[in-house]
Amino acid sequence: MRTITYREAIREALAEEIERDENVFLIGEEVAQYNGAYKVTEGLWKKYGDKRVIDAPISEAGFLGMGIGASMLGLRPVMELMFWSFCYVAMDQLMNNASSVRYMSGGLIHCPIVVRGPANGGTNVGATHSHTPENIFANMPGLKVVCPATPYDAKGLMKSAIRDNDPVYVMESTVLYGQTGEVPDNDEIEGGELIVPLGVADVKRQGDDITLVAHGRAVLTCLEAAAILADEHDIEAEVVDLRSIRPLDQDTILESVRKTGRAIVVEENKPFCGIGAQIAYLIQHEAFDDLDAPVLRLSSIDAPAIYSPPVEKKQLPYPSQIVDKALSIC
Amino acid sequence: MATATAKSSTGSAEFADDPVNRDLDTDTKIGFYRAMVRIRHFEQTALKHYQQEKMGGFLHLYIGQEAVAVGTISLCGDNDHIITAYRDHGHALAVGMSMEECMAELFGKRTGCSKGKGGSMHFFAPDKNYWGGHGIVGGQTPLGAGLAFALKYKGLKGACLCYLGDGAVNQGAYHESLNLAALWNLPVIYIIENNMYSMGTSQARSSAYPSCLAERAEGYGMNWDLFNGESVYEIRAKLKPHLDRAHDDHLPSILEIATYRYYGHSVADANAKKYRSKEEIEKYQNEHDPIKVWENILIDEGVFEADDAKEINRAAKDEADASARYADNSPLPDVSEITDDVYYEVDKGTEAGRTGRHFFND
Ligand SMILES: Cc1ncc(C[n+]2csc(CCOP(=O)(O)OP(=O)(O)O)c2C)c(N)n1
Ligand SMILES: [Mg+2]
Repeated sequence: MRTITYREAIREALAEEIERDENVFLIGEEVAQYNGAYKVTEGLWKKYGDKRVIDAPISEAGFLGMGIGASMLGLRPVMELMFWSFCYVAMDQLMNNASSVRYMSGGLIHCPIVVRGPANGGTNVGATHSHTPENIFANMPGLKVVCPATPYDAKGLMKSAIRDNDPVYVMESTVLYGQTGEVPDNDEIEGGELIVPLGVADVKRQGDDITLVAHGRAVLTCLEAAAILADEHDIEAEVVDLRSIRPLDQDTILESVRKTGRAIVVEENKPFCGIGAQIAYLIQHEAFDDLDAPVLRLSSIDAPAIYSPPVEKKQLPYPSQIVDKALSIC
Repeated sequence: MATATAKSSTGSAEFADDPVNRDLDTDTKIGFYRAMVRIRHFEQTALKHYQQEKMGGFLHLYIGQEAVAVGTISLCGDNDHIITAYRDHGHALAVGMSMEECMAELFGKRTGCSKGKGGSMHFFAPDKNYWGGHGIVGGQTPLGAGLAFALKYKGLKGACLCYLGDGAVNQGAYHESLNLAALWNLPVIYIIENNMYSMGTSQARSSAYPSCLAERAEGYGMNWDLFNGESVYEIRAKLKPHLDRAHDDHLPSILEIATYRYYGHSVADANAKKYRSKEEIEKYQNEHDPIKVWENILIDEGVFEADDAKEINRAAKDEADASARYADNSPLPDVSEITDDVYYEVDKGTEAGRTGRHFFND
């Protein structure tokens, strides 16, 4: 199977969907002529032109709201936030209009938009540029949130997101853009294209001793920790990659925990009201009798993102922390 | 403070000979009258039932402003779209929504236009090109640009009329929308319904502007106009060139229409009688009421007689009363329906809607 980057995988998904559906267009700051601030959309403007790939002014409330309005008439905008950290200037559009226009119209309207861009810390850009707002948006009924960890998932989830008829917020990672992974060519796939449905988690590593639940880059951190646990401690960790936060694949999480009896929920977000809180609740509620230990959580250290490069590494979850937590309950 | 000074009702007939008005037939002219009267009676009836606690929340009455919705929407064709803020009953009836579905929505009933899920501020009728009904001040203005964007993208000859209040003009989202509309030539016409107050704050206390609010368009290189909103003739005559430019050249505009609301900001406005004088309100009611102005014009023109006007009022009142009875007798939405209409894919039972957990109630 061929190997491509996470960035290329997203770009392929965008290109394929532009070609498939004339209502799909890309819009965002620097996505067209500049080729994308993180080069995700490189070459797409040249190939598909002004109508399908549009440079927006620095006006997130304006162009995101415009996309929501356009989607009500049947267009399918894929809108890039240069960083998800900039979502807050457009919060009314993202949180109020996109989530509720269907509801408030009693189901007469729907809003098939995708908002995508990186949402991660770890790049020493300080507190304003390091937000991971997946919990904030997943809190809002009407919205869907996905956080792909691998090139394969990034491509497949992006295609599902664009075809979905509800608003889907795709949170990527600048740290992952250059990571490579296996992504099949379309002619290697039954059905001729790579689709990863929303709401389906993926077991990225099998194991019988403990379940590590994660999303986004934390999945890779968990895989590193799992390798250490196996090599040095003879503990086989199962790594469940949520892929999609809402809808949530509860069954895969519970199936794993019922098998292992132990769970740590790992995320790069802050702890308070994070995704981990919801998952931990879910596990104790649905699988209490199968648990051999309390469910643990690991999040980033509970403060705005620190700048200092060596120290920021320690603010986010890292493998030896997961190993230590695992050892404390195994 | 500069607003379009209201003209005397006799002066308002001067646009009767405008090309957009001179060929109007009798039925159409009477239709405008009926449309305004229906809005007024609908809202007066709603107010009565609000006071009887048949509904909750806010009730923002449009009474006094009827000519704006009726006049502007009267020029809309199949590809013209409408979106407004929370003072949305007038536009809803003007696009052709029924009193029954609107009243039932106010009563929170399943038979309401939004199944009782939207309420007074959130009426929608996409089949009539009516996209709400939006509760956040200025929040609808980028959506209006988006409707216009979609029309242009699809190659349709149409425009979006996006209404907002004189207070909404200070929202960032509105200015972002203006920039996008002018930058990309989007066929959107922003219609500022200037009723001189945002809640209890007068225009002079809320806005900095050159000669009027619409003139801010200059900063974006957009067309604009300021005119009086008491005569359907004038509204149609002044809107038409902007609508043509939107249709033919995708050009956006800002139109500021001077108007007045008779009631408080909402029915719950505790200070309704404090921030403006009784004399000011009475002056508008007596001299500039859009329904009276139009009634006088039609009587002067010999289109109908005072008795016809009375009959139209009586019929509208009966219709409004009947809509309230309909609303009263309609069923409430079931608690089990609270989680319907959240996700399209779930509602339709698609594969995407059946994969993964969407709701987290326990
Ligand atoms: C963002 C936001 N801020 C405040 C409010 C509360 N509010 C609702 S209407 C209103 C006044 C708006 O006045 P204007 O734009 O002139 O419209 P009008 O009510 O006169 O039609 C205020 C302050 C709101 N709904 N949304
Ligand atoms: Mg006002």
